[in-house]
Amino acid sequence: MLLVFEIFIKFADLITYNLFGIEEGTRLADSVHFFFYDTTKIIFLLSIMIFFISIVRSYFPPEKTKKLLSNYKKITGHIMASLLGVVTPFCSCSSVPIFIGFVESGIPLGVTFSFLITSPIVNEVALVMLYTIFGWKIGTLYLVSGILVGIVGGIVIEYLGMEKQVEEYVYQISAQESEIEELNWSDRINFAKAEVKEIVSRVWLYVIIGIGIGAAIHGYAPAELLAQYAGADNPLSVIAAVIVGIPLYANAVGTIPIVEALMGKGVALGTALSFMMATTALSLPAMIILRKVIKPKLITVFITVVGISIIGVGYMFNFVMSFV
Amino acid sequence: MKITIYGPGCKNCVNLADNAKKAIEETGVEAEIVKVEDMKEIAMAGIMSTPAIGIDGEVKIKGKVATVEEIKKLIS
Repeated sequence: MLLVFEIFIKFADLITYNLFGIEEGTRLADSVHFFFYDTTKIIFLLSIMIFFISIVRSYFPPEKTKKLLSNYKKITGHIMASLLGVVTPFCSCSSVPIFIGFVESGIPLGVTFSFLITSPIVNEVALVMLYTIFGWKIGTLYLVSGILVGIVGGIVIEYLGMEKQVEEYVYQISAQESEIEELNWSDRINFAKAEVKEIVSRVWLYVIIGIGIGAAIHGYAPAELLAQYAGADNPLSVIAAVIVGIPLYANAVGTIPIVEALMGKGVALGTALSFMMATTALSLPAMIILRKVIKPKLITVFITVVGISIIGVGYMFNFVMSFV
Repeated sequence: MKITIYGPGCKNCVNLADNAKKAIEETGVEAEIVKVEDMKEIAMAGIMSTPAIGIDGEVKIKGKVATVEEIKKLIS
C-alpha cells in the first residue's frame, strides 16, 4: 500500500471510530470505514490522475486528431481513430461539431464512428475508477476491449455503406480552416487544472452515491441470488446487463463501485464489463445529439452494432474466465 | 465590437457567456454578446470543441470556458 493512502485510512478511522463512535470489527464499522476510505481515496486519485491525463490530452485537440486521421486509410484509419478516441478530450456535447468536422474533411464515415464509439467508452473518469477499484488487470481489459469495440463497430458501419444516412446538410458544409493553437506549458497546466475542476465537480456526488450503494451491497446483499441471475452460468445475463446499462448513462461513474460490489457477490466479469460499457457507450442523450447529423436508420444501426459488440465482449470474457 | 459565444447551450456555454459579460463590465468596452447555438453554424466556424468564444467573427478560444481575465485580454 502506498504511503499516501495511510492518510485516508487514518481519516476513515477517525470518522468511523472517534466521530461516530462505532465499535471496531462490527459489520457497520466495516461498511462505514470502507465508505470513507474509498470516497476520499478515489476523489483524491481522480483529481491527480485527471490532471496528468489532461496534460497528455492537451497534445491532442480534435483539430489535430482530424488532421492526423486524414493520413490513414482503411483498417489503419479505424485503429488510429479508436486509439485517438482515447486521448482526444471529448464531451458528448461536442460530438456533432466533431462529426461534421471529420466528415467534412473527407474522413470515412466508419472511421469517424470508430472515434465516436471509443471516445465515450474509454473516458478518464471510468479508467481511473476501474484501475483504482478493480486493479490494473481489469482496467487494462476494459481499455483494450473499448478500443476493440470502436475498431470493429466502425469497420461494420463502413462496410454497411451508410453514407446516405447522414443528414444532407453535413456534406454541404465547408468549414473554415481553423488553426491549431500552440500551447506552452503554462497553458497546458491551466487546461489540466480547469479539467480537474470541471470533471471532479461534475462527478463527485455520483462517486459518493455509487460507493455508498457499493458499501451497502458489500455488507448486506444476498450473494446466492445474484450469482444465480448474473453469474457466468446464465447465458442471458450479458444481454440483460447491456439492456439495463443503456438508460443508466448519467450515473456511469457511480455504477463502477456498484459493479465491483456485485462482482464480489458472484456477478461474472464479462457481464460486469458489458454493463459498464453499455452505461458509457450507448446513452439516450448522446443519441439525441447525434440525431442532428445522422438519420434514425443510422442511429439504429449504431446502437445495434455497438450493442452487439459489447455483448460479444461480455461473452468472450465470461468464456475466457471459465478456463482461468 | 461583437463577442460571439459558440455552444449548444450546455452549462459551460452559460458560464462562458457570464464570464464575457463580466469582462465587458469590468473593462467598460462597448460590446454586444451574440450566442450561436446552431450546431451547423458552430461547425462551419471550424469549431470542433465547445464552448468557444470569438471576437468580431474570428474564433479566439475554443474547447474551454475562457476566464474573465482571458476575455479581458481579448477585448481590450
